[in-house]
Amino acid sequence: MRTIRFLLQKEFRQIFRNKAILALIMVMPVIQLLILPLAADYEVKGINIVVVDNDHSTYSSKMIRDITSSGYFHLIGYRPGYKEAFHLLEQDEADIILEIPNGFERNLYREDQQKLFIAVNSINGSKAIIGSSYLQSIVKTFNNSIRLKWAASSQFDDSPAIEVVSANWYNPFLSYKIFMVPGILALLVTMIGGFLSALNIVKEKEAGTIEQINVTPIRKHLFILGKLIPFWVLGLMVFAMGLLVARIVYGVVPLGNLLVLFGFVAMYLLAVLGFGLLVSTYCDTQQQAMLIMFFFMMIFILMGGLFTSIDSMPGWARAVTKFNPVSYLIMVMRMVILKGSTWKNVLPYFGIIAVFAAVLNTWAILNYKKTS
Amino acid sequence: MKQFLIFVKKEFIHLLRDRKTLLILFGLPVVQILIFGFALTNEVKNSRILVIDAAHDNASKQVIAKVEASPYFEIEQTISNGHDIDAYFRKGNIRLALVFPANFESDLIHQNKASVQVIADASDPNVASTLTTYISSIIREYENSVIHGKQLHLRIIPEMHMIYNPQLKGAHNFVPGVMALVLMLVCVMMTAISIVKEKEMGTMEVLLVSPFKPILVILSKTIPYLLLSLVNVASILLISIFVLDLPVNGSVVLLFGESILFILTSLSLGIFISVKTNSQQVAMLISLMGMLLPTILFSGFMFPIENMPAPLQYISNLIPARWYYLIVKSIMIKGLGLAVIWKETLILFTMTMILLLVSLKSFKIRLT
Repeated sequence: MRTIRFLLQKEFRQIFRNKAILALIMVMPVIQLLILPLAADYEVKGINIVVVDNDHSTYSSKMIRDITSSGYFHLIGYRPGYKEAFHLLEQDEADIILEIPNGFERNLYREDQQKLFIAVNSINGSKAIIGSSYLQSIVKTFNNSIRLKWAASSQFDDSPAIEVVSANWYNPFLSYKIFMVPGILALLVTMIGGFLSALNIVKEKEAGTIEQINVTPIRKHLFILGKLIPFWVLGLMVFAMGLLVARIVYGVVPLGNLLVLFGFVAMYLLAVLGFGLLVSTYCDTQQQAMLIMFFFMMIFILMGGLFTSIDSMPGWARAVTKFNPVSYLIMVMRMVILKGSTWKNVLPYFGIIAVFAAVLNTWAILNYKKTS
Repeated sequence: MKQFLIFVKKEFIHLLRDRKTLLILFGLPVVQILIFGFALTNEVKNSRILVIDAAHDNASKQVIAKVEASPYFEIEQTISNGHDIDAYFRKGNIRLALVFPANFESDLIHQNKASVQVIADASDPNVASTLTTYISSIIREYENSVIHGKQLHLRIIPEMHMIYNPQLKGAHNFVPGVMALVLMLVCVMMTAISIVKEKEMGTMEVLLVSPFKPILVILSKTIPYLLLSLVNVASILLISIFVLDLPVNGSVVLLFGESILFILTSLSLGIFISVKTNSQQVAMLISLMGMLLPTILFSGFMFPIENMPAPLQYISNLIPARWYYLIVKSIMIKGLGLAVIWKETLILFTMTMILLLVSLKSFKIRLT
């Protein structure tokens, strides 16, 4: 017990002396919490649309009015032909081209149906999907309104209709920031824990001070524990700070119990720190450790469901995410903060993370060799 | 010249000795391209939903069958009363609840009107609105086909054409971004660290007192990373073409030319950082915080720039990767030529020149 106290004293002193690490602890949360939610705004709004109206009829102008007044679209202008409109698409100035054929209104009655030509720039897939589905539903509504009018004038009886009443729970204004903030908190905890611990043991190796530790009677698990605890405390503090910032700046107040949140993060930090220490025991230089950590972080974060939904991934990728601790944290953060999930809902994931923590730390202890 | 080649050889030996780093440098782009190409899609599918069917009649069953048949939805559970929908959402894996009221079919037949409730878990707003649209159109379709039992009149049929990326793959957006990111990592971070390491170890002094021109010492450090970057560009392109079926619609020569320009920009950034700093950790921090994160944030491949607040949009103009990303996207996917991207090229060129001039000015031959 005395040994671990001295080890902890040493580690804390070293952390607070190191300017680079202090900068990391200070700058990281600021960048992540203040800039990321502003930057990571995937809300699809202001889709730029260019119209090629070959018809110039009452219907075509009514439909264009419906589209622009919906609030989703920003009309850049009219072009006389598809070629001129396509030029705007090429330049990234327009996202969607709507071409209304010549004789649209007249032929709608004559042929009972008409086609609209819509071209969507789909390099950015999610914008394309959402933009085109907005456009389709506006056209559909417009279509229904003229059909109703026509049916009324020609004495058809009202056809049965199913009304779809939709509700958006947990985030009624569909704000993207509310969705991102819990995920970014997860990112914050992961990056701080991962990078700090990965650089730690390897730094002692590079500086040669690890030899001095190795010749002392300190047990291996105590040494690892001494490295683990300071960052665990720091990580929890950074997380608490992050929660506070989320509350003050973005007004995101956890619906669920704070104890559930902290309990889960505490276990999660053990897993991530264990992973960082494991990387650290395998590396010889800080440059290596940094690069390897960056490599894994990149994969964990991309596959963690922060930006794209895990459900939509192909089967093998979904299987891979089962071994990704970050994906569990992001999910649990969103569950507890946004939906108010309880301890019982979170328990299965807590168990999985506990297994991660146990395996990774044991591995790190086994891989740390006192003899070179 | 002979001296220079000897120095370049020394740098190559340095680089090739560190196997782990080398493996990561080659492995990172490959793994990233594969993840982006295969795992990440913008499409929303296989979403698990909860059905609350209080009606249990033919009409509700038909709608449910239609929903189940679509690739977008997987019915997780069907229950008959909806007292505690909230509890199902809190368990975490359900994205949407579809609620049929009792007497759904009889309302439909006798009153010509029935309603269905769709409750989406909007904590992910984009998925929620996409799913709501999908399920509404499935219901609409059912209404049209089964109830009317006949063709609708006055149909307006929107014909959708997805330009550039008809299958809505993530790769089209990401591959150019990954290229920018990897080049940034190799050229800026690795170059800066390897020069500063020499300072930290004290071997820089030895090099500076040699009869070799000091500036060539720095330049010889950049050559291996230049080559490494070109190999990375080539391997990313090969994987994208042969594994991801991504087209290169424009000229490959132009693409390589622009890549070399961007590599030069990044290398001069790396030199700039190394001239200004003295320790590895500081160089690492500056390249990570100052270059890598902004590249991910502001190049436009992960986060849409047009949605950012104005100050961030201005900052994004300063990030070289943003311009390179635009260039690669235009050449590779849109198949445009130099006539369209001369402006971006000029910006990169100017940035390189400024960075090189400033670093040369502040490069010190003497140790303080």
